[in-house]
Amino acid sequence: MAMTMHVNIVSAEAEIFSGTVTEVFAPAVMGEVGVYPRHTQMLTQLKPGEVRVVKENGDEDHFYVSGGMLEVQPHVVTVLSDTAVRAKDLDEAKAVEAKKRAEQALKDRKSDMDYARAEAELAEAIAKLQTIQRMRRKYGS
Amino acid sequence: MASGKEIRSKIKSVQNTQKITRAMEMVAASKMRKAQDRMVATRPYAQNIRRVIGHLAMAHPEFTHDYMRERDVKRVGIIVVSSDRGLCGGLNTNLFKAGLGLMREWKDKGVDVDVCSIGSKGLGFFKRVGGKIVAETSNLGDAPSLEELLGSVKVMLDAYDNGEIDRLFVVFNQFVNTMTQKPTVEQLLPIKASEESKDLEYHWDYIYEPEAEEVLGQLLMRYVESLVYQGVVENIACEQAARMVAMKAASDNAGNLIGELQLAYNKARQAAITQELSEIVAGAAAV
Repeated sequence: MAMTMHVNIVSAEAEIFSGTVTEVFAPAVMGEVGVYPRHTQMLTQLKPGEVRVVKENGDEDHFYVSGGMLEVQPHVVTVLSDTAVRAKDLDEAKAVEAKKRAEQALKDRKSDMDYARAEAELAEAIAKLQTIQRMRRKYGS
Repeated sequence: MASGKEIRSKIKSVQNTQKITRAMEMVAASKMRKAQDRMVATRPYAQNIRRVIGHLAMAHPEFTHDYMRERDVKRVGIIVVSSDRGLCGGLNTNLFKAGLGLMREWKDKGVDVDVCSIGSKGLGFFKRVGGKIVAETSNLGDAPSLEELLGSVKVMLDAYDNGEIDRLFVVFNQFVNTMTQKPTVEQLLPIKASEESKDLEYHWDYIYEPEAEEVLGQLLMRYVESLVYQGVVENIACEQAARMVAMKAASDNAGNLIGELQLAYNKARQAAITQELSEIVAGAAAV
């Protein structure tokens, strides 16, 4: 029987594959790597591409990953797949966007304050009216 | 005593409210089931990445990444995960209390706090209490994707990289069960080395491709992101559960109210009939 190892392919949003295999091929950033059981510990980034596993019965399974990380232990291989398309510029743009939204929200504070003040004034006016009405009823004017 | 017609219209309006709360309860129940499935689906990633980080801590890496190093705290960052909508009982209020507690704790030590808000309720709240909000994401919907969170998380990570904040927390509701949601504060950065790794006898290290620094940076970044994502997913399950419970209580209250009103209505009706009868009898006697 061929030597086997365990492979977990997971993304942040779901588990993709988990099982026993004899070989794994993955698109590492420095070139495709093939991993057999008892490979030394390795940690590398993946680029978008195909992860291929060969199962015990010789069947092959293919999974597309849009990048991620590959961790190799002698008998366990973990593929942490990205769900999002990542690029430095893209991430940067998103960060800027998130910041902008926060600033925008803070800028809106003024209108919120106005609203709060109006609310307070309204409450005060209602209280005054009620007092007046109560006094009218009491003294019957 | 209120007249029959008045009571009847009131019963009608309470019944309408009850219909709405009952519909919301059922919607929340079905959404909760989906959210729970989603929560379960995100666990393997978190488990696996935690295991890899555990290995890293054991592996005696040739260099320590900034994310794993403790430093003096001059400023902290908090990521607050809240819901986008209300009508979910005390869920958000309890969470904000936990968040405010954390903020106060640091402010007492003379440390300022940056807030990153995920979910529009958190934004509104921290705007009112005057927190410094540096990033914001809201309207994630019921099935958020990791992609939508990346921007906000990156703002905080960048701040950490640049030394603007020295510690990063995430505050979210932990889903215990349908009835219980626990506001949870978790420290994201620096990453605490797990206890079990310390008593390991042999040391080894990974082969890093390309460079240890880059690979570790990428891995730790994903780790933080996945933790935040998990917090968001869990919070959504909590939101639906809390809404379901709150709406059930509202429906029950409406039912009680209808019962009471019905009783009052019947009494009023009987009183009217009795009065009419006695009037007729009195009239007949007079003739």
